[in-house]
Amino acid sequence: MSGTIDRRAFLRLAGLGGAVFASGLGCAARSGEPMDQRAAEDDFYFVQLSDSHWGFQGPVVNPDARGTLPKAVAEVNALPVQPDFIVFTGDLTHTTDDPAERRRRLGEFRDIVRGLKNQNIHFMPGEHDASLDRGAAFGEYFGATHYAFDHKGVHFIVLDNVSDPAARIGEEQLAWLAADLARQPRDARIVVFTHRPLFPLFPQWDWATRDGDRALAALMPYSNVTVFYGHIHQENHHRTAHIEHHSAHSLIFPLPAPGSQPRRDPVRWDPAHPYRGLGWREVEAEARPPAYAITEFPVRS
Amino acid sequence: MPSRRRFIAGAAAALAAGAAGLIAAAPAEPVIRVTARRFVFLPNVLTLKLGAPATLEFTSADVVMGFSLPDFNVRTDIIPGQVSRLRFTPDKAGTFTFLCDIFCGDGHEGMNGTLHVVA
Repeated sequence: MSGTIDRRAFLRLAGLGGAVFASGLGCAARSGEPMDQRAAEDDFYFVQLSDSHWGFQGPVVNPDARGTLPKAVAEVNALPVQPDFIVFTGDLTHTTDDPAERRRRLGEFRDIVRGLKNQNIHFMPGEHDASLDRGAAFGEYFGATHYAFDHKGVHFIVLDNVSDPAARIGEEQLAWLAADLARQPRDARIVVFTHRPLFPLFPQWDWATRDGDRALAALMPYSNVTVFYGHIHQENHHRTAHIEHHSAHSLIFPLPAPGSQPRRDPVRWDPAHPYRGLGWREVEAEARPPAYAITEFPVRS
Repeated sequence: MPSRRRFIAGAAAALAAGAAGLIAAAPAEPVIRVTARRFVFLPNVLTLKLGAPATLEFTSADVVMGFSLPDFNVRTDIIPGQVSRLRFTPDKAGTFTFLCDIFCGDGHEGMNGTLHVVA
């Protein structure tokens, strides 16, 4: 699509973004498909934002806690070609014991993201949004916590591994996942959005999903699966068998690399490098061969 | 027969005494009591002996918590009003992190502690 070509040229010329991580899926193009099926597939891109923790206060780690999310919104709006859709992979708000305050934060977050030019937005909760009331307040503002949708030949699955405070997907949702997957061919292009890592990245810091192995087992028969998630406030790329997992930066504070220090305390704000470690990403879904090119964007001062 | 009965009774008494002596000689299995409270374990530093079974007893002072020791693949829920027991034998020495693995609010991320397993 010409928009994609223009956007790629713009990225290259402007030198925007960090390293481009190309996620080859090792799957040959499905040349035997009928033309109408192939016509439904096209290159496109989406934007992933994550972990904005609206309501967080902690000037030592982010003195601009109320300004960082609006900056990201403005930066996405300034993209020369708008994405097909935007996804927020959880922890939209920072947790609070007060149900009224939780709703106030969710409402303020919603009002800010209403400023995005592209209102084709998919939301999911993080544990800060949902674990203290099993997703009740989140549901009032953003609807279902797990669902699926299709876009240009890709089947997207949103998994909720946070409404249960014990970080379980749970029997009911796993059964729903199995039923959803059963309708997909084994070589379907499948992208999973979730908040916590589905694999045990570093359980010592609660960077895991207790029954994530069951979701991965359900996905294993499918040759073309990629997972995008949040929670760990940093970029991380990992592979379990043929399934790739890509975590996103946060929009509030970075966290240290898994196990790199005794505690997972947030990385302190560096006045010499404000917003360092914060950002969002573009994901280019390339139809043939199926692949995902990831471009990271820092939040700019 | 009376003498035989006396022999059997005497032998049984000796066996019982011997068994009691064995029990008395064995080191008592440690039981460590831990209270979970938002957002801290008390105590939050534990020491166990390598290869020696031990029981951890947990109570919650407020809400549902979890105790997880990923390096040993053991965990338990901690339910208010109940005592949760976790018995295990450390099979490796070193320093390990334990944590609350049930989200309990702002501060949950810092609710952890250290287990020392010594030879």
